[in-house]
Amino acid sequence: MPTALDLLGVLLILANLRLLGSSRLAACIRAVALQAVILGAAALLANLPDLDARVVIIAVASTGLKAGALPWLLRRAIRESGAVREIEPFIGFTASLLVGVGLLGLCFLIGSPLSAHVAAGSGLLITVSLFTTATGLLVIVSRRKAVTQVLGYLAMENGIYAFGMAFAIQEPLLVEMGVLLDVFVAVFVMGITIYNISREFDHIDTDRLSALKD
Amino acid sequence: MLWLLLLIPTGAGLLAMTLRRQARLRRWLLLATAAAHAALTALAWFFRPEPVLYGWLGLDHASLLFLSITSSLFMAASAYTAGYLRREPPRKTDFQEGLLFTDAPEARFVGCLLLFLATMTLVAESRHLGLLWVGVEATTLASAPLIYFHRHHRSLEATWKYLLICSVGIALALQGNFFLAVAAKGTPEVHLTIEHLMAGSRQLDPLWLKAAFLLLLVGYGTKMGLAPMHTWLPDAHSEAPSVVSALLSGALLNCAFLGILRVHAIMGAAGLGDFSSQLLIGLGLVSMAVAAVFIIEQADFKRMLAYSSVEHMGILSLGAGLGGLAGMGSMLHLVNHSFTKAMLFLLAGNILAAYRTKSTRQVRGLLQALPLTGPLWLAGFLAIAGSPPFGLFVSELIILKGALQGGHVLVATAYLLALGVIFAAMARSVLQMAYGTPEGAVPGPARVQEAWAVLPPMALGAIVLALGVYMPPWLQTALSDAARAAGVH
Repeated sequence: MPTALDLLGVLLILANLRLLGSSRLAACIRAVALQAVILGAAALLANLPDLDARVVIIAVASTGLKAGALPWLLRRAIRESGAVREIEPFIGFTASLLVGVGLLGLCFLIGSPLSAHVAAGSGLLITVSLFTTATGLLVIVSRRKAVTQVLGYLAMENGIYAFGMAFAIQEPLLVEMGVLLDVFVAVFVMGITIYNISREFDHIDTDRLSALKD
Repeated sequence: MLWLLLLIPTGAGLLAMTLRRQARLRRWLLLATAAAHAALTALAWFFRPEPVLYGWLGLDHASLLFLSITSSLFMAASAYTAGYLRREPPRKTDFQEGLLFTDAPEARFVGCLLLFLATMTLVAESRHLGLLWVGVEATTLASAPLIYFHRHHRSLEATWKYLLICSVGIALALQGNFFLAVAAKGTPEVHLTIEHLMAGSRQLDPLWLKAAFLLLLVGYGTKMGLAPMHTWLPDAHSEAPSVVSALLSGALLNCAFLGILRVHAIMGAAGLGDFSSQLLIGLGLVSMAVAAVFIIEQADFKRMLAYSSVEHMGILSLGAGLGGLAGMGSMLHLVNHSFTKAMLFLLAGNILAAYRTKSTRQVRGLLQALPLTGPLWLAGFLAIAGSPPFGLFVSELIILKGALQGGHVLVATAYLLALGVIFAAMARSVLQMAYGTPEGAVPGPARVQEAWAVLPPMALGAIVLALGVYMPPWLQTALSDAARAAGVH
């Protein structure tokens, strides 16, 4: 199984780089949805010999939500706002990719010593999870569009989910479902807010939301 | 009982959202739910409910204190809200920029208020750190629509910042929870319940535990409004309706503080109390300093109150970090600050309605123009700035004494300095607002003199005054118990 898991890890890295390097919002949404699908597959694979209902329920619910419902919601939000691409981010796309590769190296440095603790499966997963969280943070601080910032938030969540998987942290089903519900409602409320922002301002550039300051 | 405390406001909130037309019924529902919640909470003081749901939900002394503050503030706030919604016209002109705007549907507002109460109750009751996280994030989501009640571009901007900054902060706290779970791998059974972690605290991996504390401190600290993660706070508090600001400052920030205290207690039990204490003291002082800088020359009185919340969250964090006597002081301060700040925000709502401005410079002659709100505002200022005979004077003094007893002379000096600067800066604005003669007639409606607008803040103020004059022995015991349960004794 480790090789298959490693392969999924590499795919996740590629999805992250895609998120960092693409200016088209639709492509970014696909990249984050892809992350969720990869993570769902990895969750099933990592527990393969003795799959229990709990793991399956969480993996299916989480994938369905993060790869199905939420991307649909965000696609609607960008359709309403008419935004197609991220224009002139604070850190350019090429620069973002370079920073991303640098972060990946850093995550390897931090992650490799930790992989000794990893319960089972792939040691790569821990590095990748840290990298995914870092990518999410980078996207949030370096992009202007509200939609892209929400994508960054989702990528962060995906990274944290992957971390839990890497260490085989079994939280109770109720708590996992609570977390998922929170993520869903969070993106839902953010989506509505983006819709309102585009209606009120005719744009969704968060750096131009600057009426409030001291 | 624990279930009822959660389910009554949840059910009422969902019901209120469906009552689209029956405005009176909706407001009665709000009041009835608030009263039922308060009654159940009061009952819990006498008959301590047994933990339920595998012990994930329970009330220890600290939870009960936090829950009681939330519940009583919500009672005052809902009385204010019922009157406010009756009188507030749905379409109006923005006084700052003259643009027209509408309010969000009232059914959604009341529904979210009730759900907000339910989520805050969940945070107070949680004995499982995963569940606690779910609750804290849920409070953000329930309260975001409340900030966007007056639908104009400034409140929208504030809502967006609140949602994004707090959600990202809380996502870091989730990572912190996972670090904690990794730290607990060595213990026989991995369970993120407080009992489990406290019992097995010696076997927790110290390195992972420290990292977990850092992430949780940053995460919940963002929500609590500790500087430098406080940036969402002044915007949200200044743009939300005043009654929402009162709940945010008085109840929501406490919930995040409870989250930090839970982990701090585990750190203490694991023998890493020094590490977390120093961080809490440091962040506390930074918050007080940042608040002082922004309160000087603050032109907007709601923002001034918001920065004052940053200051007081700093004091709470400082007191908790110092521990001992100061820890008990910080529990008393928690009660005092919540009631005083809620009172001030409700009064700020009255001033705003009467003068149609948030600028401290344009408000003159409050004492003369609003014979009830004016004196209360002045009293509220004296209370929040920590002058006798109000409760905050006592709690701030206890924290100072605790600092000196622990030999933290430098910390005590910085603490006094910040308090002094903030007192002077706020005094200047508030006194200018209170005295002088109003320029012409006050433009706003006379409704700010009605009972619903004056009685809730007056009741809150009376409590703070009473706490400053006489502390009943049972309350003293309750506060020490709460401090012990929160690990800051």
